[in-house]
Amino acid sequence: MNGGMSMLAQMSLLEAAFPNGIAPYALGGLLIGLGVVVIYGMSGIAPGASTFLESTLSYVSSQARFQRYRSSRGWRLVFTLGIVGGAAVYALVFQEGVWVTEVQPWRLFAGGILVGIGTRVGKGCTSGHGICGIGSVSRTSIVGVVVFVAVAAVTANLVAFAGVSP
Amino acid sequence: MSQSRWFLPVVLLGGLLFGFGLAVSTMTHPEVVLAFLTGADLGLVFVMGGGSVVAGLAFWGLPRLRGSAPLTGDSYGRRLRSFDRNVLIGGSIFGVGWGLSGICPGAAYASLGIGNWPILYGIGGMVIGAYLQGWYRSLGAPAPVRTPADD
Repeated sequence: MNGGMSMLAQMSLLEAAFPNGIAPYALGGLLIGLGVVVIYGMSGIAPGASTFLESTLSYVSSQARFQRYRSSRGWRLVFTLGIVGGAAVYALVFQEGVWVTEVQPWRLFAGGILVGIGTRVGKGCTSGHGICGIGSVSRTSIVGVVVFVAVAAVTANLVAFAGVSP
Repeated sequence: MSQSRWFLPVVLLGGLLFGFGLAVSTMTHPEVVLAFLTGADLGLVFVMGGGSVVAGLAFWGLPRLRGSAPLTGDSYGRRLRSFDRNVLIGGSIFGVGWGLSGICPGAAYASLGIGNWPILYGIGGMVIGAYLQGWYRSLGAPAPVRTPADD
């Protein structure tokens, strides 16, 4: 803005965009990336979280679509248990008691169904496309992330506009 | 894939860091993700940005340092997927679900770890959704080819 924006105005803009600061977000992101680096560095695998949904279904369904993940279902189960465990360690050390969301169960359930369908049809989720795909400078992943962030932003605003809260 | 006995412990360690990081970033709280999507708190940019830069350094650097991964002997490749309309269709369906609920798979698993039991509604929905698309895709598909098992 004419290059004359005062430092005070810039600071209040930053505070408006990041009311909780950026430290927990940046630190969390670095640790998430470090988790990927450990697995990739030792095994060559770039892990994503949503394939677990299908690979685990191969234990109970003989559908070819799920059986194709048979060879990776073991480590994907371990990876997911690690994610649950890592968050539990954080909660035990830094959180008082359990934390429970106030977002309504129907939103979690209905949204979950669409997340389950969409991440599998779309070849990745926020970790597969968002972390590993963008980290790989994959054009497919960059397009995928732009699409799901844009659609999610529109959806979340519509839901809020309709007065659904929390 | 001949597996070293260290393979699963390393995957567990990576998962622990990944889940701990998700908890630190508060992406385990659907409310925080919804705040990002409605423009109230843009912190998520630093989570995805920070994570992808750190992972990207490994994707870029490791293939230049050594030929194959120590535990599997696999070569280091980038995470690449072919582009087709499924990326747009699936991304849009995921977007509606993410915007409605504020949850995605990795963050949902981590959310269970911080004691957020209602997230089970979301994880249950994800399993149902993953099953539905597998079932739908099997309709009219050619006779199933059994994937060779190596586990």
